[in-house]
Amino acid sequence: MFSEITIKITGEAGQGMQTVGFNLCRLFKKCGFYIFANQDYMSRIRGGNNFFQLRISGVPVYTLRKHSDIIIALDGPSISIHKETLNKEGVIIIDKKKFNIVEEGPFLDVGMYEIAKNLGSEIFINSVAYGFIAGMVNAEENFVTETIKESFNDKGEDIIGKNIAAAKSGYELAMAGIKNDKFHIEVKKTKETMIINGNEAIALGAIRSGCKFYSAYPMTPSTSIMNEIAQHSKQFNIIVEQAEDEIAAINMAIGASFAGARSMTATSGGGFCLMVEGVSLSAMTETPVVIVDAQRPAPATGFPTRTEQADLLFVLSAGHGEFAKAIFSPGSIEEAFYLTMHAFNLSEKYQIPVFIMTDQHLADSYRNIDKLNQNAANVVRSIITKELSKKISVYKRYELNENGISARAIPSWIDDVIYADSDEHTEEGHITEDALMRIKMVEKRMHKKMQALKKEIIKPNIFNLEKAQMVLVGFGSTYGVLRELCEAYPDKFGFIHFSQIWPFPADSIIELLKDKSKVVTVENNATAQLAKLIRMQTGINISNSILKFDGRPFDLDCLADELKVLEKAG
Amino acid sequence: MNISDFKSNDKITWCAGCGDFGILTALKNALVKIGKAPKDVLLVSGIGQAAKLPHYIKCNCFNGLHGRALPVASGAKMVNHNLTVIVTTGDGDCYGEGGNHFIHNIRRNVDITVIVHNNQIYGLTKGQASPTTDQGYVTNVQTQGVMLEPFHPLEAALALGCGFVARGYSAETEHLSWLITEAISYKGFSLIDVLQPCVSFNKKNTYEWYSKRVYKINDDALYNLQDKSSAYQKAAQWGDRIPIGILYKEQKPSYEERTGIILRAPVVEDNIENINIDELLNNSI
Repeated sequence: MFSEITIKITGEAGQGMQTVGFNLCRLFKKCGFYIFANQDYMSRIRGGNNFFQLRISGVPVYTLRKHSDIIIALDGPSISIHKETLNKEGVIIIDKKKFNIVEEGPFLDVGMYEIAKNLGSEIFINSVAYGFIAGMVNAEENFVTETIKESFNDKGEDIIGKNIAAAKSGYELAMAGIKNDKFHIEVKKTKETMIINGNEAIALGAIRSGCKFYSAYPMTPSTSIMNEIAQHSKQFNIIVEQAEDEIAAINMAIGASFAGARSMTATSGGGFCLMVEGVSLSAMTETPVVIVDAQRPAPATGFPTRTEQADLLFVLSAGHGEFAKAIFSPGSIEEAFYLTMHAFNLSEKYQIPVFIMTDQHLADSYRNIDKLNQNAANVVRSIITKELSKKISVYKRYELNENGISARAIPSWIDDVIYADSDEHTEEGHITEDALMRIKMVEKRMHKKMQALKKEIIKPNIFNLEKAQMVLVGFGSTYGVLRELCEAYPDKFGFIHFSQIWPFPADSIIELLKDKSKVVTVENNATAQLAKLIRMQTGINISNSILKFDGRPFDLDCLADELKVLEKAG
Repeated sequence: MNISDFKSNDKITWCAGCGDFGILTALKNALVKIGKAPKDVLLVSGIGQAAKLPHYIKCNCFNGLHGRALPVASGAKMVNHNLTVIVTTGDGDCYGEGGNHFIHNIRRNVDITVIVHNNQIYGLTKGQASPTTDQGYVTNVQTQGVMLEPFHPLEAALALGCGFVARGYSAETEHLSWLITEAISYKGFSLIDVLQPCVSFNKKNTYEWYSKRVYKINDDALYNLQDKSSAYQKAAQWGDRIPIGILYKEQKPSYEERTGIILRAPVVEDNIENINIDELLNNSI
């Protein structure tokens, strides 16, 4: 018996690995397991090789493993592509006859295609494969059929029935054919959890925050945020508009925000390049906007469907000129939800652009989490309410004061008019070339706002710093792998993880690293951008970094291997 | 409302004799006629001499980035359809830098009015060719004369399905004011391309040049506003005779009507302080 199992479903794009994967997620949740699931897909609709990887455990898991225990291959080429990633005791499930496999290997030959065809179509291969895995791990039979019913809920009785039959065939085949309990896993009943991915968490956070306007141009891996918000737009009265380009997307969001609606846009690095002038427009006109950069490997088109953390310094310096902004880099699905709510409040309070930096790994990874608490962050509005607006007949949009934040009125609510300008402007919002006014406005937009923002920085997540011989430092999606690794080696490692990147929590990190001699940043980029940022902000020089820039996320084993190499080197 | 309600205290920085003054007057008169309070009108602009106009009139104003007035205007109107939203833009701003937004906002058909100050030259950057500069016109950059085919905004708008296509002339203030009133009243994207002499940098398309050529098509009782092929002919006419007036008008569902947002209160009115997403949280996998 294993304490955990990693299953990989692989085949060519369009074969439905995702369907099998999601069914298994549902099933294992019902059975009481914790899961971590991730998709690896190519930038194409058909062909190639994609896989869905699912880690199942009796205790919460936060990252991937390097090797799989069960690989279920839906096509022939998957064998040569993935056999190196099979655990020593693992097994590859394949329909040998269908793919003319004559070689010997760690195969379990299952005539899945024959079964599917007998049920009427090869299309049922997914459910046969799903049922077979369910049998291998000894899942309860009624959960197997329940899951099919739920996932094919909107497909009609006939399709549900056939898929149940397919799943049952696969299940019974495994039950009858596999006599040992090698792949059975111990069930520990978990409490009520939900399974979502990072992008869904951002979308839910936005809906809860009162986002009323969402405009974006589709770009992987940000698109599923737009899909999710669009799906619920009718119910929650949200305007979702697909813009003609990213320039339009951010300008529309700013227009909607100026008119009084909480607004958001999301993109990936390439699209964000186009938005950059809009970022400074938001800053100059002091119009709030929340911007998500779901990073993928770059430059240019890069790896459209893969992961990287190389936009850090780009987003940090995005927008010409100097102005206040805030940047969050959630490390988990939970943080993606809560920080999105925080981002909306902060953006409105300081009338600035606020960024959420995620990446393909966090965006597309699923985990079961405790049910999110929608009351964890309340919506705090920072506008002149409609009620109070009625009393205002004289208004200056950029009125100067001590804290740099001018009360924000909504057009048509007050009796006066509102002038907002991208040129340097007077307190009234009219264009000026006055040197003294320029100084005052820069101080307002930059220094005063930053000073206040620094007072509410979210401190880094820390773990096991007292006992650790080596401190690992990361941001964003590496939280999961850092956490599991440090939990696995508590006498060796501790970590610091930044979920807020700007304003940078310099004081915290100076304090935390005070007596630490062995410090290593762990980053999904090629130039140790986090180490650079720490040096820039604190003068602390972290000379060791573990960098991964192959477009794939860290997994527990590859990070452990890298650390062993580092330890040996002294 | 009367004209003094729209008086701004900001100092005007246009050249004396600029065609923009005629547009400013025509717009103010149109707003008086429409009867909306300044606080219920939003003027959106980008960059250029035309983009300064919102400062010279007392209405809400968002003076944004070069070429980007249209997305800002559409975004604002979508969330508050009670605002009257008008864009004041130029030939460089709207047809050059913002060309993609011009195309797609016509398709989008949000109920906004777009007034293009078309002086066929770049004023603010001192005299380079714009997308509508006549071929052969010599500038400091186009030293051999403009070689590119000019952009034909009215023909393009017709081809894109714009439901209100008009051309005005800044010296014909009363006529222009009527056009603006009609455009604001039209439910959907309305375009008025305004011939606007630039007294500093366009030495060809002057007041004298235009005044000899323009004629009002709507004076002809037989001109059919709903006939698209006549509209194309008028839109293409340039040279000895230049038509001004409403070239084409077709009522079609606006964005607000198609999406149904017109039927409910603007989303800016929504109370967002306690949106319950419990149902979504319970419905995950």
